[in-house]
Amino acid sequence: MAASRMKLELSRVVQGNARLGLLKEMGRMGQHSLDIPGCLLYTHLGTVPHLTQDTLHTLSSLPAVTQVTLSNMAEHQDVLEEFKGGFKKFAGLHDTVLYCSLHDPAAQCPTGHTTNKTVSVWGSGGRIELTVAKFMALQKAVQPDWYQSMADGETWQASASRKRVRKSVDRTLAHLDECLMVHQKSQELDGVGVFGVVEGGDILEERLRSARETAKRPVAGFCLDGFQTGAMDQVLRSQLISAVTKELPEDKPRLLQGVGRPDEVLACVEAGVDLFEGFFPFQATERGCALCFSFDITPDPESAGRADLTAADEEQRTAGETQPNRDLNCVDQTHMTSFEMNLKDKRYRDDFRPLVDGCGCYCCRNHQRAYVHHLLVTNELLAGVLLMIHNTSHYHGFFRAIRAALASDKMDLLRRRVLGNGKK
Amino acid sequence: MAATINSEADGNIKESSMSFKKALTAVQPLSLRIVAECPVTKARACDLTLPHCTVSTPVFMPVGTQGTLKGITVDQLEVLGCQICLGNTYHLGMRPGPELIEKANGLHGFMNWKRNLLTDSGGFQMVSLVELSEVTEEGVKFKSPYDGKEILLSPEKSISIQNSLGSDIMMQLDDVVSSTVRGPRVEEAMHRSIRWLDRCIAANKHPDRQNLFAIIQGGLDAELRKACLDEMTQRDVPGFAIGGLSGGEEKDDFWRMVTLSTDHLPREKPRYLMGVGYAVDLVVCVALGCDMFDCVFPTRTARFGSALVPWGSLQVKQKQFAKDFQPIDPDCQCPTCKRHSRAYLHALFKSDTAAMHHVTIHNIAYQLTLMRSVRQSIVEGRFPEFIRTFMKRLFPSRDQYPSWAVEALASVNVTLE
Repeated sequence: MAASRMKLELSRVVQGNARLGLLKEMGRMGQHSLDIPGCLLYTHLGTVPHLTQDTLHTLSSLPAVTQVTLSNMAEHQDVLEEFKGGFKKFAGLHDTVLYCSLHDPAAQCPTGHTTNKTVSVWGSGGRIELTVAKFMALQKAVQPDWYQSMADGETWQASASRKRVRKSVDRTLAHLDECLMVHQKSQELDGVGVFGVVEGGDILEERLRSARETAKRPVAGFCLDGFQTGAMDQVLRSQLISAVTKELPEDKPRLLQGVGRPDEVLACVEAGVDLFEGFFPFQATERGCALCFSFDITPDPESAGRADLTAADEEQRTAGETQPNRDLNCVDQTHMTSFEMNLKDKRYRDDFRPLVDGCGCYCCRNHQRAYVHHLLVTNELLAGVLLMIHNTSHYHGFFRAIRAALASDKMDLLRRRVLGNGKK
Repeated sequence: MAATINSEADGNIKESSMSFKKALTAVQPLSLRIVAECPVTKARACDLTLPHCTVSTPVFMPVGTQGTLKGITVDQLEVLGCQICLGNTYHLGMRPGPELIEKANGLHGFMNWKRNLLTDSGGFQMVSLVELSEVTEEGVKFKSPYDGKEILLSPEKSISIQNSLGSDIMMQLDDVVSSTVRGPRVEEAMHRSIRWLDRCIAANKHPDRQNLFAIIQGGLDAELRKACLDEMTQRDVPGFAIGGLSGGEEKDDFWRMVTLSTDHLPREKPRYLMGVGYAVDLVVCVALGCDMFDCVFPTRTARFGSALVPWGSLQVKQKQFAKDFQPIDPDCQCPTCKRHSRAYLHALFKSDTAAMHHVTIHNIAYQLTLMRSVRQSIVEGRFPEFIRTFMKRLFPSRDQYPSWAVEALASVNVTLE
């Protein structure tokens, strides 16, 4: 059985799709739990970008599930095989549930290298081709708690023909069956959960076929692939995800790959997604930006969690470099979004306020916009550290707000607040 | 004490006999308590009390050039036990500039560092970083690399910036000459540095809370250095730095100038040897009587994956460590060594900048731990023994001991068998 003992306990289902609940008894000892909707802790080889364990743990309540990717991991297979103790021990990770995905959601990879029997990942030294055998050998060396089954998801980067989409569904199912076969024979993977991957591009029938077939297999959860930011507009994405999730069992989590922008997250929660990859804070950090969008819907609009934005700030947020929230087929995620402020901007040079007023993160408690601006202008490494701490904290706060809004039927209000339509 | 000022300068220089009286009567924000003196060498262990906290010496001061220590938060630095670190006047004077830092409550406020800060004068960067610099009696003229404007860094300007930064220890602007230069330029620079010292003393707006250190110059010429010592020690400054060394000079000349300097510096004031940070150099120069040191080396080399250890250094990025599952140093108590292996760091260097931070933390811990052990051995009266053990650990065999170090240590009665 490729399902761990993990249980999904739903406390609410809103409008037939959005789910509020708890994933519990995760991990080898069953000691971890994760509120859903939630996001995973995004890492590069087990390290949250820029952070050491000390700086990481300035954040209270980290997500219980840490994500690593085979893009970072594959080139170290021989090292892990010699180490034998599994990746968590190798990396000196804190006590966490480890999820291993195929690709890094924040890194674009070239297309055109998948075959019937292989998929490719790109490590620091170039392309590494994976057969099911190599893929499973890697999982045995990494020893995660969950992993995404090998999948062909190459339908979203360029408009894929119906034939190509069908092939990706077929291949992904074939890979899943082969992975499960190896999995069931492997003692090292006993108790480890396999997540089946739902493909199907932007074609409804293929999506449904992929969902139904995947659901027949003994998987612990489902990854929704091919919906990455830029793959399709949100309306279509929501339609397809809603249709897909209706075909999936209620008691298994749905993890959406490659979507992290706040507006898209909200829409996808409402379409039935439970888990998101937590890479958006990292992307904002790399642009020198601090997440500042409001998600505070408590009755008093002056309370904590809100960016203290002046009219000028609002103007800067919506003008100039920001991209419209509907960006069809735009795979360039390096552009600043309307959910963040660009601290490299001259206006912050002598702004001595914290990044976000009321934010309790280490950066906002100890430093000011002017200082972070200075670090960015002088190309200092500490900029990345402080921004990563703040952005991660802010993003986790956002997810707490989603859960609170679901609990109190206030999703509409939250959406309006996040999209900046709620006036102060 | 008769104070004469050698003033061949033009009208720009203020008369400063008044400032001498000011310096003598003002409350000095520095006190040195000698806790122990080594009976064999010239080493001392002291408690150096500065405005923000007391510093245990001998001390290594990490360099946080632009108001940050290369990826390490101030909390992490505090936890490592750092009591004083450096900021750089030239860089901070350029970006973000003294006015902004003043608005931010000084450099302490700007970077949120609650312990001590030492700022250098900007002089060294002038000469080493900026190509088009011209030194006159007025100061150092150079073109800003950021906007091409011509700037004059005078003693007054340097002190003014440092006053805005609010550092606990400020360095005088000195006329810096590379230690490989010979001839009349060295003498000229030495005399000018004395005149600039007086101008710096006069310009210090906060003698009650910012300590101005003099910098002994004179290159590798014993007579010039002695002349400089004689003059500068007549000024009532709270501390002295030994400058003009740690460039490309021969180590044989280097140690002789260090020991000559400490021979003629007052016992009851701290001695700061600038730009020295390699482990051997630190241990030897403590034996020669120095109390304070700074160097970019440990933090800079960390970013290239070079980890400092008692037996030398480890290049973590090299293939041989890919499957080495030990920590950098099994005996090290730093956060990096307590949690991560060489193999993990080796792998992480391919994926994330945090790898650099891990090694930076380790290297700072290594330097601070080294100085702590040196101090402890002085306090316990076993410093010569410490030196012998240290050298044995660092070098594979006796014939690999650097000869300059052997001679320098012999000069203070430590023989290495």
